[in-house]
Amino acid sequence: MRALLTSKWTKAVLFLLCLVPFGMLVWRAFHNGLGANPVEFIQLTTGDWTLRFLIFTLCITPFRKVLNLPDLIRFRRMLGLFAFFYVCLHFLTYLGPDQSFDLAAMWKDVAKRPFITVGFLGFLLLLPLAITSTAGWIRRLGGKRWQMLHRAIYFAAVAGVIHYYWKVKSDVRLPVFYGTLVAILLFWRLADWFIKRRPAASTKLSPEHAPANSAQ
Amino acid sequence: MLIRKAPDLTYADVTPKSVYLNRRKFLEGMGIVGVAAAAGRSFFELAFPERSAFAAMKFAKLAKSPFSTTEKQNSYDDVTHYNNFYEFGTDKSDPARNSKNFDTSNWSISVEGEVAKPRKFTMDEILKLAPLEERIYRHRCVEAWSIVVPWIGFSFSNLVKLVEPTSKAQFVAFQSYYDHKQMPQGKYAGIDFPYVEGLRLDEAMNPLALLCVGMYGESLPPQDGAPVRMVLPWKYGFKSIKSLVKIKFQPKMPPTTWNLAAPSEYGFYSNVNPNVDHPRWSQARERRLGEIFKRPTLMFNGYSDQVASLYNGMDLKKNF
Repeated sequence: MRALLTSKWTKAVLFLLCLVPFGMLVWRAFHNGLGANPVEFIQLTTGDWTLRFLIFTLCITPFRKVLNLPDLIRFRRMLGLFAFFYVCLHFLTYLGPDQSFDLAAMWKDVAKRPFITVGFLGFLLLLPLAITSTAGWIRRLGGKRWQMLHRAIYFAAVAGVIHYYWKVKSDVRLPVFYGTLVAILLFWRLADWFIKRRPAASTKLSPEHAPANSAQ
Repeated sequence: MLIRKAPDLTYADVTPKSVYLNRRKFLEGMGIVGVAAAAGRSFFELAFPERSAFAAMKFAKLAKSPFSTTEKQNSYDDVTHYNNFYEFGTDKSDPARNSKNFDTSNWSISVEGEVAKPRKFTMDEILKLAPLEERIYRHRCVEAWSIVVPWIGFSFSNLVKLVEPTSKAQFVAFQSYYDHKQMPQGKYAGIDFPYVEGLRLDEAMNPLALLCVGMYGESLPPQDGAPVRMVLPWKYGFKSIKSLVKIKFQPKMPPTTWNLAAPSEYGFYSNVNPNVDHPRWSQARERRLGEIFKRPTLMFNGYSDQVASLYNGMDLKKNF
């Protein structure tokens, strides 16, 4: 397992896998497969994948600890950046086809409509995370501060779920599903943090949980 | 105006829908199987089209209507694969998939309440009730997309006159068919069924209000509200109730499904109005299917000349 996780090929394959949803959209675009409302199809698909990649990213830390697979950390940045990639496409469908690239109209819409406001907020939160995702920025900020900043992903994920929940008309199954996953992943962190605060309890519980040096 | 009798075929007397839809491919397949394969259909599908209770009927030589727009019509494919029909699922592509075997045989509409002559209309009676017209209407969804559809039907007022509403009849309540066995996805819709809608009697009597039995020259496919629905082009699409089974004339304003689900978002009137936004999104503009950028939405969806007088003196911000 360790060899698989540390192989450079695994990362390359995962990179290509992350591009599959985008590739599907391109393929559909050239094969008349985007349906009657292509803009909406691209908007919903990229929105969905943004949330999914945020959830994948949030899975890394719990999976590392629970499954004792610390090497999973190699994929976290890539998954986070793919969340950012899909949210950029999602935002572009809004700015372009929906708002005709009219920034003034966009700001008015963002200010007026709660579901847009919260979605836009989530997008803004991801922006500094994408910029500071490089090793250089981790060094410049220092590990602790970098880690603090990157906790913004928790709020971005919650914003994404609320954005989706407020957008649907009556069938809330999918937003509730994503919301449940995000809630589980965030509660796990809360519980983990709580256990670590009481070192006696944590060592008794399981020794693998002891190393607290990893980010997030 | 060209007046013609409805065709002599009865509603149950026609080709199964799936055979009908596949007919072009079927003919290709009869010639060269390879053509059919290239079209993405297996020979098995061609030879044994899936059984479908729904039957399509072609309407020949329909009367033209002065209400028709000359705007470019949307394709049949768009109008049949991008539907809001929550009984069959909430995704736009669900109704086409899940309504294939919708059984509309032995259909009838029951007309009740404050009328001198309450009665049931079978589909065959509805088809012969008045000369069928083709009406090419703009259709504006509350979700800010729109289409142009050549509907087939006649003014709803034709039916109203037959049943003779009493002086107590101020409103008309409509009800859709609902059968959880045929519509198992309905339980996830988040709204209560059967779907109900309503109009003020004077709105219902407006000649634009269409009792619709078909589109694109043929009977309605299930996902578009087979076999009979309302089309109210000056109102948001959800007012145009599908698969109509009950009409009740009454003194009181009837409850309506989306108003019950979210009263702050969907009013009883729900007239298309670019100046009154939905709480969650703007209604000023809309995306015509087939276009990338949005276009301005017109007051009453462009039907002010016909319907604006119905709302004289009313505050349309309050009565949204």
